[in-house]
Amino acid sequence: MQKAIFTLMERCVACKSCEIACAVAHSQSGILATAQFEKPLPRSRVRITSAGAYSFASRCVHCEDAACIAACPTGAMHREAKTGVVAVDQDRCIGCWMCVVTCPFGAVTADPGTGKALKCDLCAVRTAKGLGPACVDACPTGAMVYATPDELAGMRRSATAMASVGAVEEIEESVALWRNLKGGRAI
Amino acid sequence: MTLLNQPPVEAALLQIARKKGMDTGRDRLAEMSPQCGFGELGTCCRTCYMGPCRIDPFGDGPKTGICGITPDAMVARNLLRETVGGAASHVGHARHVLLTLRDVLDGKAPYEIKGEAKVLSLAKVFGVPTDGREVKDVCRDLVDIALEDFGRQDELPNNWVSKRAPKGEQEMWANLGLMYSNPHNEIETAMHATSMGNDADPASLMMRVLKMSLIDGWTGLALCVDLQDMLFGVPEVSVTQAAVGVLDEKSVNVAAHGHNPVLSEKILEWAFKLEDEAIAAGADRINVVGVCCTGNELSMRHGVKLAAHNSQSELILMTGAVDAMVVDIQCIWPQLAQVAKCFDTAFITTDPMVRIPDARHMPFEPEHADETAREIVRAAIAAFGARKGKPVDIPQISTSAMAGFSVEAIVGVLAKLNAEDPIKPVIDNVANGNIHGFAGIVGCSSIRFRDGAMTEELVKNLIAQDVLVVTTGCTAHICAQAGLLTPEATERYAGPGLKAVLSVLGRAAGLGGALPPVWHMGACVDNSRIVDLLAAVADRLGVKIGQLPAVGSAPELVQEKAVSIGGSFLALGVSTHIAPAPRILGGPMVTKLLSEDLADVTGAVVHVELEAKRAADWMVEHISQKRAALGLS
Repeated sequence: MQKAIFTLMERCVACKSCEIACAVAHSQSGILATAQFEKPLPRSRVRITSAGAYSFASRCVHCEDAACIAACPTGAMHREAKTGVVAVDQDRCIGCWMCVVTCPFGAVTADPGTGKALKCDLCAVRTAKGLGPACVDACPTGAMVYATPDELAGMRRSATAMASVGAVEEIEESVALWRNLKGGRAI
Repeated sequence: MTLLNQPPVEAALLQIARKKGMDTGRDRLAEMSPQCGFGELGTCCRTCYMGPCRIDPFGDGPKTGICGITPDAMVARNLLRETVGGAASHVGHARHVLLTLRDVLDGKAPYEIKGEAKVLSLAKVFGVPTDGREVKDVCRDLVDIALEDFGRQDELPNNWVSKRAPKGEQEMWANLGLMYSNPHNEIETAMHATSMGNDADPASLMMRVLKMSLIDGWTGLALCVDLQDMLFGVPEVSVTQAAVGVLDEKSVNVAAHGHNPVLSEKILEWAFKLEDEAIAAGADRINVVGVCCTGNELSMRHGVKLAAHNSQSELILMTGAVDAMVVDIQCIWPQLAQVAKCFDTAFITTDPMVRIPDARHMPFEPEHADETAREIVRAAIAAFGARKGKPVDIPQISTSAMAGFSVEAIVGVLAKLNAEDPIKPVIDNVANGNIHGFAGIVGCSSIRFRDGAMTEELVKNLIAQDVLVVTTGCTAHICAQAGLLTPEATERYAGPGLKAVLSVLGRAAGLGGALPPVWHMGACVDNSRIVDLLAAVADRLGVKIGQLPAVGSAPELVQEKAVSIGGSFLALGVSTHIAPAPRILGGPMVTKLLSEDLADVTGAVVHVELEAKRAADWMVEHISQKRAALGLS
C-alpha cells in the first residue's frame, strides 16, 4: 500500500516546523531565507491546528476513497496512477471548491494567488529522490511519520508491546506537566 | 472566540471591535495558536549562530544543544535574560527619575519637590542630617547617595539595598552571595554570562536570577518609588472611577499610558492650565484618564480616573473617543498606532527608546517639560476639534474605586486606632484569625486569562477566606473595574473575620463604611510598597518577612518585569503563585528548584496554577502553613 503521512498527536508541540518546511519545499528557491521574499509567496499545505492541550498537523491523507476526487466536476482532482498521490491538475481546476467542501480534514484550501485548489502533493519531487516529505523530515519530535498504514500499525503495536512489559518509559515528566498546565483551558 | 465569559467591560469593548470589523489581540492570539511548545518549555536556544537549538522533549532527538548545553542550563539562561529585561526596565525607570530629580535640584527642570515628608523619612533611613537644613539640600544628599551606586566600581554594597532593606534578609542574601554593588555592572555581567560559551551551570544561573531580581526589587522598584514620592508626593487614599465609561464624549479625552509619572504629571498639570483653550474649541473640559501604570500613578496621587489596563489599551481607542493617547515607556503595543489611525486620535510617543511606526513623536525631556506637555495637550485639543460631532461608542460602564494606599496612608489609618503602635491592630487581628493572611496580587492583564476573569475570581476566592489583598499594576485596574476596591465589596465578598476588621478600620478612618477588601497600592513599580508594608509588620513581630502569613501572585503574567518582580519576592522568602507557567518546564532540575528546593534556600517556592479557585486554595493553604509555623491556629 502507498505510504502516507501520519501524525502522532501526543508528540506534536506545535513548533510549526512542518509548516515552514512545506512552504520552503514548494518555493522557487527552496531556501527559507529567500523563499520568504518570493512572489507569489510559497504556501504551506500543512496547518497546525489547536485541539485543547494538543495540537494536530492537518494535511491531506491521500484517502483511498477520496471524497474530493468524487466531488470534482472537471476531473482536476485525480489520483496519480504511478504513486497513488491525490493531486490537482492545475489546468483543469476551475476553483469551484467542491474539494474544499467535501474534504473531511480541511486539507484542501483555496490558493488566493492562483484561484485554484491547493493541497499536499506528498512532496513528489523529494520522494522521487529518496527523501522523505519535507514536513516529516523537519519535525523535530517525530510527531509526523511517513509510512504505509501497515507500517504505522506495526510501530504502534511494537510501542504498546514494549510499554506493556515496562521496557519503555512514560512520556517525559516535563512534557506531561506542560500539557497538563495547558490542559486547564482550550484556546 | 466567545464573549460569554468575558468581564463586562471586555465584552462591551469587543462588541464594538467586532461591529467595526477591527482586529484585536484576541484575534491575533487565535491566529498565533497553537504556540510553539519549545518556546513554552524554554528549551529553544538562540544564543549563538550554530543554533537555534531545540531539545526534543520526547527524548528521541537532541538531548543537548550543539555546544552541549543541557536543557536545564538552557531554560535557566533564558530565564536570566528575561529577568535582566525586567530589572533593566525598572532600574532604567528609576535612573530616569533620579536624573530628573537632580535636574530639578539644579534648577534645570520645572518640577517642585512635593514629597517633603518622604525626603525627611528617607533621610532618617540613610543617615542624612536634617537639623536646620533646607529640604532641598537633604534631597540633594539622597540623590547623591543614589547616583553613587550607578558610578561605583569599588564593589561595596549598593546603598539602596544595604541601607534600605531589612537587616535579617540582607544577612541571608550576603550568605547566598546575592548582595550587589553597581546595578549596571550586574546587568552587564548577566548578559555576558548568558552569551555563548559562559555560565552553563543551571544552579549558578538560577542564583544569578535571584540576584538580578534583588536588583530589580531595591535599585529598581524601591529606588524608583522613593524618588517619585520625593518628587511628586506620597499618595493618600482617595476615591476615583474606573473602566472605559470614564471617557467623556463632550470633553477632550487625554489618555496617559505607560509607566513614568515624569511625563504624565506634566500632562495633567497642562490639562488644567489649558482648560480655556479646550472650552474655546467646544469641549466641556479636558478629561485626563489613566491607562496601565502611569494611570495608576496619577490615580494614586491625584485621583485621576482609570480608563483601561494594558490589554484594553487598543480596545478603548476603538471607542473613537480618545483624542490623544500619550505614551512613555513599557507595555506600549505597536498596534495602538494602527488603531489610532482609524480615528481622529493623536497617538503620541515621547521617549527616544519607544519609537513606533505611524505614531506622532514629540520628544519629551524633563528640561523642556512645560513646553512639550503644552504642545501635547494642544495636539489633543486639535484632535478633539476634528472629532467633535462625530459619533463615538463609549460603553457606559464605570465603577467607584479607592486608590492611594501607600504605606504612609495605611499607617495613617491604623494610627487612628492606635497612635503609639499603629501596626498592632493588624497584628492582633492576624493573631486572632480575623485576618487569615495577606496576598499581593500583582502584574499584568493577559488576554490569555481575561476571558475567564482569572484575577477577579482569584481575588474573590481569597477575600472570602479572610485574606487581605493588596494589589498593584494592571491587576489593580482589573480589581477596580470589578468593583473590588469599594466598601460594598467588603460587604459582598469578604469573609466574616476580614469584614469585621475592615469595618472597624473604615469607621476609624472616617469613611462611613468599611475599607475595601483589596488595597490599591499603585503601579507595578510600587510593588516595593508591598515589601515595605510586609517589612513593617515583620519588624513589629520580630520575624523575617518570609515567616509572615503572606503570599504573592502574578495571575496574568505578560511582561518580563513581572518575572523579575516575582523573583524579588522569592528572594525575600515570599512564595508566589504564577500563571502561565514560566518558560522553564523543559528543565526538570530548574523546575524542581523553583517549585520545591528553593524552600531550603530562601524559604519560598513558585506554584503554577491556571485555574483561579485552585490557585486561591493553594495560596490559602500556604498561608495556613505559615500561620502554623508561627504558632497561630
